[in-house]
Amino acid sequence: MSLDCTDIDKIAHLARLAIAPDDRTRYATDLSRILDLVAQMAAVDTTGVTPMAHPLHMAQRLRPDLASEPNQRERFQSIAPLTEGGLYLVPKVID
Amino acid sequence: MQWETVIGLEIHTQLATQSKIFSAAPTAFGAEPNTQACAIDLGLPGVLPMLNAEAVRLAVRFGQAINADIAPRSVFARKNYFYPDLPKGYQISQYELPIVGTGRVEIVLDDGTIKTIGVTRAHLEEDAGKSLHEDFHGFTGIDLNRAGTPLLEIVSEPDLRSPAEAVAYAKKIHQIVRYIGISDGNMQEGSFRMDANVSVRPVGQKTFGTRAEIKNVNSFRFLEKAIAFEVERQIELIESGGTVIQETRLYDAVKDETRSMRTKEEANDYRYFPDPDLLPLEIDDAFLSAATADLPELPDAKRTRFQSEYGLSEYDANLLTASRELADYYEAVARACNEPKLAANWVSGELMAALNKSEGEISASPVSAHALAGLIARIQDGTVSGKLAKQVFEGMWSSGDTADAVIEAQGLKQITDSSAIEAMIDAIIAANPAQVEQYRAGKDKVFGFFVGQVMKQSGSKANPAQVNELLQRKLSA
Repeated sequence: MSLDCTDIDKIAHLARLAIAPDDRTRYATDLSRILDLVAQMAAVDTTGVTPMAHPLHMAQRLRPDLASEPNQRERFQSIAPLTEGGLYLVPKVID
Repeated sequence: MQWETVIGLEIHTQLATQSKIFSAAPTAFGAEPNTQACAIDLGLPGVLPMLNAEAVRLAVRFGQAINADIAPRSVFARKNYFYPDLPKGYQISQYELPIVGTGRVEIVLDDGTIKTIGVTRAHLEEDAGKSLHEDFHGFTGIDLNRAGTPLLEIVSEPDLRSPAEAVAYAKKIHQIVRYIGISDGNMQEGSFRMDANVSVRPVGQKTFGTRAEIKNVNSFRFLEKAIAFEVERQIELIESGGTVIQETRLYDAVKDETRSMRTKEEANDYRYFPDPDLLPLEIDDAFLSAATADLPELPDAKRTRFQSEYGLSEYDANLLTASRELADYYEAVARACNEPKLAANWVSGELMAALNKSEGEISASPVSAHALAGLIARIQDGTVSGKLAKQVFEGMWSSGDTADAVIEAQGLKQITDSSAIEAMIDAIIAANPAQVEQYRAGKDKVFGFFVGQVMKQSGSKANPAQVNELLQRKLSA
């Protein structure tokens, strides 16, 4: 599968990455090669093979339902650029 | 052209846990902003999610309640999108392998027929935070207390064919989650939110039309109105030569319309993949039986039992099983007084009216089930007439006293002493010779006049059966 520069722009937007226009061709080539590798693997007959969700052959451990985390708002908000009345302020998301 | 409406619902119900699904931060409603959001909820670097056993247990209970398969192995996935109320840049959800598989619930339609609605799946996921769009001089305020709150997303098949069916189904799911105690279902607090996928197609067409999704409806009434509006909108659009586009719409209750939701976020490409921070969730038989061993009797079973055990009509049985608390209350009254039908009348009549008026919960009723049974017993043994019993009930409601205490205090005891009633009748006959003459001349209607006089004289306390019998005897003498 071959990606072009438009695809790179779209992927970069989805991932919120700023990519310099000059680098787009290189990304397109590299990512296309990765997709080719995936295509090669996808061509293998995997009938009867359970999809692997995780490389470890272990199951998820469960945590008891206890609310033990203290309020650390002051600490967390000390690194936030803008706060007001306990809220984090971010650029407006709805027009 | 004749159109058919096709609706599928996605319901997000907040699971009743103490702590979040992947962190030990509390989930209590109404806390100061961001005081219940820990490093995991904030998506700070280096943190790992820790799955809450109780959230899993509650999801399993729901699966069992709708006769669904519980997946012995399910997988958490990342749903990627950027929005400030989701600090990690992805929501942890379940995608290809959800914990609850295909199930079904029954709804009762207006004409009394029962329709089975398929549930495609139900999966565990974390809630996002809240965005506050007002009052921040050009900024949006973010409260992450809700981020990481456990949700069970319940997805129906596109089996619903009208706004009324959609509401009946949503109410049924609401009833089930509250019965089995997995959610408080509080709609004002956002514990039960509905999304409706709505499309129309010409009657007889097999393929579905293009659907629009109405997001985040938090009342049954709005759900019905939003779908009704959307159906009309789509039909008008198609009939005037347009096409429906697949989009997200919001319902505006003030204007009673849906409108396209426009945000700066247009990337509807979630790029799901298994979350490498979480191992597959395995549920063995021991966990399954422990989670479901104490499942209570479900609403449908209870309704059927109320009909057979207490001889209630389907209507009454339906009404009295609406919530588990109400059903338990009714059953306590019925058992204590051994008069199931009278108990049904009192609970669905006077009690419900009083509760509605005071906007109170049945658990806080000033008249306990035992006290109401006591009142019914006094009607049965003739201490108080059916009419005055309502007055006794009002007294019990406002004072919290027993029926006996109110009857005593307000002097509402029925007069069953024949000689006392006879004396009253004699006086009334003596005072109304003209009416006596009319009655004796064959004007039967005048009998009612005498009954009225006796009841008035006795303050409605004379036993009506005795009054009738004695009057008849005296007047024809």
